[in-house]
Amino acid sequence: MGRRTALYELHLALGARMIDFGGWDLPLHYGSQIEEHHAVRRAAGLFDVSHMGIVDVRGAGARAFLQRLLANDVAKLTRRGRALYGCMLNAAGGVIDDLIVYLLDDGTTYRLVVNGATRDGDLAWIRNHAEGSGLEIAERTDLGLIAVQGPRAREAVAALLPPAQAQAALAIEPFNALAAGRWLIARTGYTGEDGFEVMLPAAESPGLWRELNARGAISCGLGARDTLRLEAGLNLYGHDMDQSTNPLESALAWTVAMEPPGRDFIGRAALEAIRARGIERRLVGLVLEERGVLRAEQRVVVPASAPGAKAGEGRITSGTFSPTLQRSIALARIPVAAPEEVLVDVRGKLLPARIVKPPFVRKVNA
Amino acid sequence: MSQIPSDLKYTKTHEWVRTLSDGAIEVGITDHAQEALGDLVFVELPEAGRKVGAGEPYAVVESVKAASDIYSPVAGEVSAVNAALSKTPELINQDPYGAGWIARLKASDPALRTGLLSAQEYEQHLAAEDH
Repeated sequence: MGRRTALYELHLALGARMIDFGGWDLPLHYGSQIEEHHAVRRAAGLFDVSHMGIVDVRGAGARAFLQRLLANDVAKLTRRGRALYGCMLNAAGGVIDDLIVYLLDDGTTYRLVVNGATRDGDLAWIRNHAEGSGLEIAERTDLGLIAVQGPRAREAVAALLPPAQAQAALAIEPFNALAAGRWLIARTGYTGEDGFEVMLPAAESPGLWRELNARGAISCGLGARDTLRLEAGLNLYGHDMDQSTNPLESALAWTVAMEPPGRDFIGRAALEAIRARGIERRLVGLVLEERGVLRAEQRVVVPASAPGAKAGEGRITSGTFSPTLQRSIALARIPVAAPEEVLVDVRGKLLPARIVKPPFVRKVNA
Repeated sequence: MSQIPSDLKYTKTHEWVRTLSDGAIEVGITDHAQEALGDLVFVELPEAGRKVGAGEPYAVVESVKAASDIYSPVAGEVSAVNAALSKTPELINQDPYGAGWIARLKASDPALRTGLLSAQEYEQHLAAEDH
């Protein structure tokens, strides 16, 4: 038996097909993964992401600590409620985890939201580096996390709030959060759609789920979450990057703040050395030109990019069938020098795929 | 609980087999198999006329989750394929024993149809796989 969220019983009651995900029992789908996917692109869907770790870092030195801990710079969080995406690296520049950090007050309280499969290791790493700092590091196991995503998502949440709070919630800017009573409502997500992620007392999450269901938001499982995030070109930790890969070869250079040069974050020296000698591999998007499905671990054959250059090889890190595009898409790590077309070994057949810059699917403003 | 029609035969690899009036057989995947695979997104069908051996993979069904080979229950020849699956693979999810049929085969020796399970035996096989 895996770990369970406060929504476990409700998932069963709603007919979810449960799977093990990094030690957690979570819904894969509630009937049709593809219908759930389309519901999020067209209206609104709900995801139980309570398995993700919520860690509050509090104290006078919190900002300086996070500037050392994270490859992105929390100095960019200039206002209460702002959010920042970035990586936590090891000394070699490998990705320990990717996370979102929120500023909860005027500079002494930050909230990290980390991946479910890595939360125990992350917490140990954070506590280890915080030792002797006097900082309070609190894992908020008392909180649940529900993602409400899609063009109708924000209004569905707002409809449940008192009028003043509803208005304030609808005014939250992208990548910002607002405290509403015991809830923290963030305009963030992992689907490429507009929406909220709501952190709330775990015991209140089944009630919120049912009310959002009643307002037309469809229950969605991890299956749809994966196809949605891949269409949006968002990396999945453990597949598209991990401790053996660095952000520069994971299409995450934009999340690494090399300025100011004096900020000595963990992994900086390693990244500077890697950048100086040049990366050898990069993460790209692939669209399969023929029928078939790209899957993680498939071999990518990269023809020589110029006469005299050597042919290379890469690997798909995430692949799926895109319900929106009705063709297969993938992320793949391949040699830096590559032509626009590669071949993928799909069950013994070499099929042509085109290199594209994600996202594969762009949000349509309703 | 998945549907297991009593008038069909089954394989341990989760195909069903229906004997047609002309002696040919029609095959598809079971309700249990389609449910385990999830939404089907792609079906690779063989050419009509292709010779197949018993137990040989001759088609592939792919869902959002995984690819799965379809094995021939008999030695023989593919006499027809369900071309509708190319555009609408979800027919397998919607109607696995009807509109979601995959292929029709002519067995080279109709008498040599060993190893097929009855509905009851297939149900026992599923129960055993669960443990």
